[in-house]
Amino acid sequence: MIEPTSQPQSLPLSGVSPDEYANLSLWGRFNHWLEKRSALVLIMPAILLVLFLSLFPLVISLFLSFSRFQFVSGGFSIRFVGLANYNKLLFGSEQRRLLGDFGTASPPGFVLGVVFLLVMIVMLVQYVRSKRFSWVGLFFRLIAILFAMALAVLCIVTLGEDGIPGALVVTLIFVFAGVALQYGIGLGLALLVTQNIRGKRFFRIVFLLPMMITPVGIGFLFRMLTNTIVGPFAPLWQAAGLADFSFVETATGARIAVIIAETWQWTPFMFIILLAALESTSHEIVEAARVDGAGKWAMFRSIILPQIAPVSFTLILIRTIEAFKIIDLPNILTYGGPGTATESVTLYAYNQWRALDLGLSAAIAYLLLIVVTFVAMVYVRIIRRRVVVD
Amino acid sequence: MRKSFLFVSIALVSAFLLIGAVTAQDLPYSGVTLDIVTFTGPQIAEPLQRRAPDFSALTGATVNVVTVPFAELYQSILTDQATGTNSYEGFVFAPQWMGDFIVPGYLEDLTPFVGADDAIQWDDIGQFFREFSATYNGQVYTIPLDGDFQMVYYRSDVLEAAGLEPPTTWDEYLAVAEAVHGMDMNGDGEGDYGSCIGKARSNQAYWFIYSIAAGALQAQGTSEGAFFDTTTFEPLVNNPAFIRALEVYQATTAFGPPDELNIGVGDTRTLFTGGRCALTLDWGDIGPLAVDPEQSIVQDLVGSIITPGWTQVLDRSTGELVACDDTTCPYAIDGVNYAPFAAFGGWSGGVSAALDDLTTQATYDFFSYMSQPAQANVDVTIGRTGFNPYRISQFENLQPWIDGGFSEAAAQDYLGAIGDSLNSPNMALDLRVPNNQRYQQVVLDTVLAQFLAGEFTAAEAAAQIESQWNEITEELGRDAQLASYLATLGISGGN
Repeated sequence: MIEPTSQPQSLPLSGVSPDEYANLSLWGRFNHWLEKRSALVLIMPAILLVLFLSLFPLVISLFLSFSRFQFVSGGFSIRFVGLANYNKLLFGSEQRRLLGDFGTASPPGFVLGVVFLLVMIVMLVQYVRSKRFSWVGLFFRLIAILFAMALAVLCIVTLGEDGIPGALVVTLIFVFAGVALQYGIGLGLALLVTQNIRGKRFFRIVFLLPMMITPVGIGFLFRMLTNTIVGPFAPLWQAAGLADFSFVETATGARIAVIIAETWQWTPFMFIILLAALESTSHEIVEAARVDGAGKWAMFRSIILPQIAPVSFTLILIRTIEAFKIIDLPNILTYGGPGTATESVTLYAYNQWRALDLGLSAAIAYLLLIVVTFVAMVYVRIIRRRVVVD
Repeated sequence: MRKSFLFVSIALVSAFLLIGAVTAQDLPYSGVTLDIVTFTGPQIAEPLQRRAPDFSALTGATVNVVTVPFAELYQSILTDQATGTNSYEGFVFAPQWMGDFIVPGYLEDLTPFVGADDAIQWDDIGQFFREFSATYNGQVYTIPLDGDFQMVYYRSDVLEAAGLEPPTTWDEYLAVAEAVHGMDMNGDGEGDYGSCIGKARSNQAYWFIYSIAAGALQAQGTSEGAFFDTTTFEPLVNNPAFIRALEVYQATTAFGPPDELNIGVGDTRTLFTGGRCALTLDWGDIGPLAVDPEQSIVQDLVGSIITPGWTQVLDRSTGELVACDDTTCPYAIDGVNYAPFAAFGGWSGGVSAALDDLTTQATYDFFSYMSQPAQANVDVTIGRTGFNPYRISQFENLQPWIDGGFSEAAAQDYLGAIGDSLNSPNMALDLRVPNNQRYQQVVLDTVLAQFLAGEFTAAEAAAQIESQWNEITEELGRDAQLASYLATLGISGGN
């Protein structure tokens, strides 16, 4: 057996003793220093490249969000305007488009708001009483609650009477409705395919097909499907006496169309991951439960769901972050309309970029980054502990 | 045997290569490649693509037509030039944008080229298109390929059956649309539409509103302008005239196809030539499309008229609507003030200033070739080209139109309506101040879409447009914008 060589902690990496080190020339000491940091030196180019590629656009777009970009003779000019772009978005002429038109909360909306507030307070009290309590933690939780309440109030007042949701609330609708539907249907299909049914392989491939199609193609596909004059469903539509009505002409109808198209596109992603998770669950436990007389619902709720919970958690997180960036479908399917009814935040930023208002576009993108980061962090902090750790 | 076969083969190939090389050397632009950018047609791009091989055969230049969505054309040209990418040798674009491209030096001054080119027959191009579409600060920067006025088209058989006359005012337009809405106009047993106007966002909706509003905003002649006050550069939108126009625009939706808010002008053309609409508002394209048997079932059933007007106009001193009389509407006809809108101004070709001499000449020659009467006078009679008449000879000589499928009466009716618009002393000019794209394609287009979708009332929409236009003006400088606006109206020097 070969004993591993060991070096005393006091010796440098190169095996030079302190006495030997003291006798080294300047060049020797430099070589020694370089050798000690060789790992860092060798990996640094890669780190710098990655940092450059990831941080440079972030820094530049942050700078742009505080600027006014203009094409001028011989090139372009960038003028620093401070918080003007953010002020325009949150309090100025673009507030209506980003945040919406504030109406009055409907009774159900008001009740929901109160319930949401109570839940937040209960969670805060639980935290204060817990062993994990710290003042720093409390500070961040208070900020998170304020942010969450602001989003909730925004949703309630813009979706309430006389209110019109802006791009932010429209995006939240797309995200939460879309991801919930995609997860529900994806899980249902995955459970179906794990059953011992004929043509399992065929269904697996068929269910995956929408994911292979480019989102722009799906946009055009659904644009055609929702056309009630010349689309494939036009005869049925007309037979139902709805020839003079197009549901994508209404704000709600257009949003539903986008959610359906988004669900059609991304359900396969949920399906394939959940299918893998389901197929890797322990059959022994399921068999044991069956022998013990557990019903199908009980088995699903108490055995299967906990086993796929970690995968589900990650899956929902990935899709949620991705869904916040929705742009292709509303851009192609409804042009973001009617009006701005289906204009997501990313589409809004894109429209401003297309109008060459790069500063405003960057500011919108940064606000979206803040919202996405907040939602992701809250999700991770609250859900992960309950679903995965517990 | 094999050796002699090989020798003969080599000799033949060499001969072909030699002939090819000699032929290519004879052509002036051999080896020159021209990338011409325009919008995703098929209109406008079609004639460029169709005639590119002919131009190549004549000159040796290779012409590639690159298309981008209309909503991105302005930015594509601007960013390509500003960043020095220079992907395109030529641009076919809206002449109203030219100021934004000329001032930074992106467009080649074509004045000497036009002066040395007899084949283009410059004086045959209508004066308005030579001056408004082609010229900036007295220099020629673009070659007109198209003439643009919006007009109203109607189904003559449908109106006759209903005992109605073509509308002369926008109130009459609504009345006619309402009266015939639901009639079966194409014999398929289904009810059809009283009015079809493309209202989709990021398309052409923002021009249609000015075709409706111009007659109520401008009454003292072309130099009065329809967009801004000529002393303060305050937008002429938050007033009863523009608000009434918005209401009319919205009211037409009730007599249109159910998805009118999501369809563009290409869709309404298909609906109209498919016999599904009694009235439509469009550029000159409908005329040739309606006589094309491959695309239309309404040949000789289409009439065209100057855009309807108003019997009341805006009094700019009081901000109120006043009835038309000799003072308030000096150009009115039978008490109706017309202001035909030269929307867009006609697709025109510009040459990048970042080219070598040979490529510049080749690009100019391509646009000249497209605009010469031998090509242009045929292309304007073909609906799918999207090119509308802009040369004097195109108005005077009916034969190409008759050869293109028009009856003589239909050609006279169609050209008459365009001629009435072109010759109107109260013609409304499109906006051509710096950054007009932001005023129109960004703000006006978005607020209109929001208004049509019910997110704003007419008054709120007018206030929104006013506030956002003023924001742009303040940023760019009110005095500079005013000076530029006055120049485009011909009030102080030529722009």
